Amino acid sequence: MAKYLLLKHYRGAPTAVNCVPMDQWTPEEVTAHIKYMQDFAARLEESGEYVDGQALAPEGTWVRYDGEGRPPVTDGPFAETKDLIAGWMVIDVDSYERAVELAGELSAAPGAGGKPIHEWLELRPFLAMPETTTECHLR
Amino acid sequence: MNEALIRSLTPAVLGILVRRGADFAAAEDAVQEALIEAIRGWGADPPRDPKGWLVTVAWRKFLDATRADTARRRREELVDQEPVPGPAAATDDTLQLYFRCAHPSLTPSSAVALTLRALGGLTTRQIAQAYLVPEATMAQRISRAKRTVSAVRFDQPGDVATVLRVLYLVFNEGYSGDVDLAAEAIRLTRQLAAAIDHPEVAGLLALMLLHHARRAGRTAPDGSLVPLAEQDRDRWDTGLIAEGIGILQAALARDRLGEFQAQAAIAALHADAPTAGETDWVQIVEWYDELLRLTDSPVVRLNRAVAVGEADGPRAGLAALAPVDESLPRYAAVAAYLHERDGDPATAARLYAEAADRASNLAEREHLTRQAARLNLRLNRPGRG
Repeated sequence: MAKYLLLKHYRGAPTAVNCVPMDQWTPEEVTAHIKYMQDFAARLEESGEYVDGQALAPEGTWVRYDGEGRPPVTDGPFAETKDLIAGWMVIDVDSYERAVELAGELSAAPGAGGKPIHEWLELRPFLAMPETTTECHLR
Repeated sequence: MNEALIRSLTPAVLGILVRRGADFAAAEDAVQEALIEAIRGWGADPPRDPKGWLVTVAWRKFLDATRADTARRRREELVDQEPVPGPAAATDDTLQLYFRCAHPSLTPSSAVALTLRALGGLTTRQIAQAYLVPEATMAQRISRAKRTVSAVRFDQPGDVATVLRVLYLVFNEGYSGDVDLAAEAIRLTRQLAAAIDHPEVAGLLALMLLHHARRAGRTAPDGSLVPLAEQDRDRWDTGLIAEGIGILQAALARDRLGEFQAQAAIAALHADAPTAGETDWVQIVEWYDELLRLTDSPVVRLNRAVAVGEADGPRAGLAALAPVDESLPRYAAVAAYLHERDGDPATAARLYAEAADRASNLAEREHLTRQAARLNLRLNRPGRG
C-alpha cells in the first residue's frame, strides 16, 4: 500500500537499448506501442493498482518570481535542458518489489521492429501519510 | 441513530446472510446496499429493531440479485434447504468474517479494503478516500478480494495472526478524508476481542488504545511532529490510557506473551510516566529484550538502541546501535539523536540531514530537517547556543 510515480523521460534518462525515435517507427509499430500502454493501464485498473497517468507535451516553460508588483519571469523551453518528462503514471502497490516489476513491464513496451524498447523508467516513492504509531520513540 | 452505529451492525447482518446460504460476495453487496438505504432513509426515526430491519432489507436485496442471476435455481434450492436460523450467537459469524477478510490468499491491501467494507461497513468511496486512490480502483480491489475469498470454505479455521496484522495496518494508516481509520481499527479490534478470547487480540487492542490516547499530543496545531519527550502530557487521554493498561494487565496475567502485548507494555510505560524524565527506561529495555526474543527483528534492535541510550547513556546506546543494519528506515535518525546526546553536534547534524532525506513521510522529514537546522545554527554561531 504504497504509491509510486513512474516517470517516462523524453531525455535525461540513460539511452534505451532499442533506441529509435518514434517518428521513425512504422505506423503499426506506433499503434502497437500505444495499445501496449493502454492495456497496461487497463490491467492495473483491473488489479486495483492504478491511480492515475497522463502524457505530457515536450514543451515546457520555466517561471520565476521577479519581485513585488512585477509579473513573473518566463523563459524557455530550454533546448539544452537535460531532463524532459514525457509522461507519468501513479500506481498503488503492496511492495517496492511489485513496483519494480510493473516498471519493468512498462519498459518492455514494443518499439521499433516490434521489439521491446528497454527504456529506463524512473520509479519514485510518494511520501506517505505519517503513521499513527511509529515504533521509534520519536512520537 | 448515526452512521457509525448502523455500520457496527454490518458483521452481524452479513454473518446471518452467509449462514442462510448466501454466497459471500453477493451477501456483501446486498448488505452494502441495505446499509446505504438505512443511512439515507432512517434519519432521526430509526426502526425499533435496526438489525432486523437490515437483515430483512439485505436478504431481499440478495434475493432480487439472485433471481436476476443465471444461477437462480441453484441458489433458491440452496435457500430452501437451509434451516431457518435459530438464535445462534452472532459472534461466531463475526469471527469467521474476520478470518475470511484477512485470508492469507489476499494481498495486504486487499485484505485491508475487504475488512473495512465487510466488517466496518464503509462504502467503497469512503475507503478509496481514506487511501487516496480512485473509487474505481478501490472497487476493483474489493471485488477481486471478494472473488478470491468466495472460494474459501466458511468453516475453515482462520489465522489470528493474519487478522491482527490487517487490523494493525488499518490502525497505522491514520486518517484522511472523512473516515478516521485509527478509530475504525480500534472499533473492529474491540469487536474481535469480544468474539475471541486471545491474549494477543487483547495486546493489540491495548497497544492501539495506548497510542490513540497520545494522539492529540503528537502534533502541534500547525501539523508538525512533537517528539515524545516534548509532548504536553495533559493532552493525553487518561481514560483511554487506563483502559489500555487494564486490558494489557489482564492479558499479561495469562502468561502467553506475544509481540503485541510486549509492544503495548512499552507504550504503557511511556503513557504512565508523569513526565518524560520519569520514564522507566530500564523496564523499557527489558521489554525490548522480550520483543527481540519473540521476533528478532532489526527494527526492534534499532528501537532498543534508543531505549538503551536513555537507560544507560548515549555511549551504551551507540554500542547497542553498532550491530544494527544501517539501511533500516530511521537508522540515521536514531544515530543522530544518540550522537547529539553524546556531545557531537556536527555528526548529529549531518546524520539528521541524511535521515531527513530518507524519511518516508513529510511530517517526519520536516521534523528531522528542523533538527539538522537547529544544530547547524548552533555550530555556525557558537555564541548563541
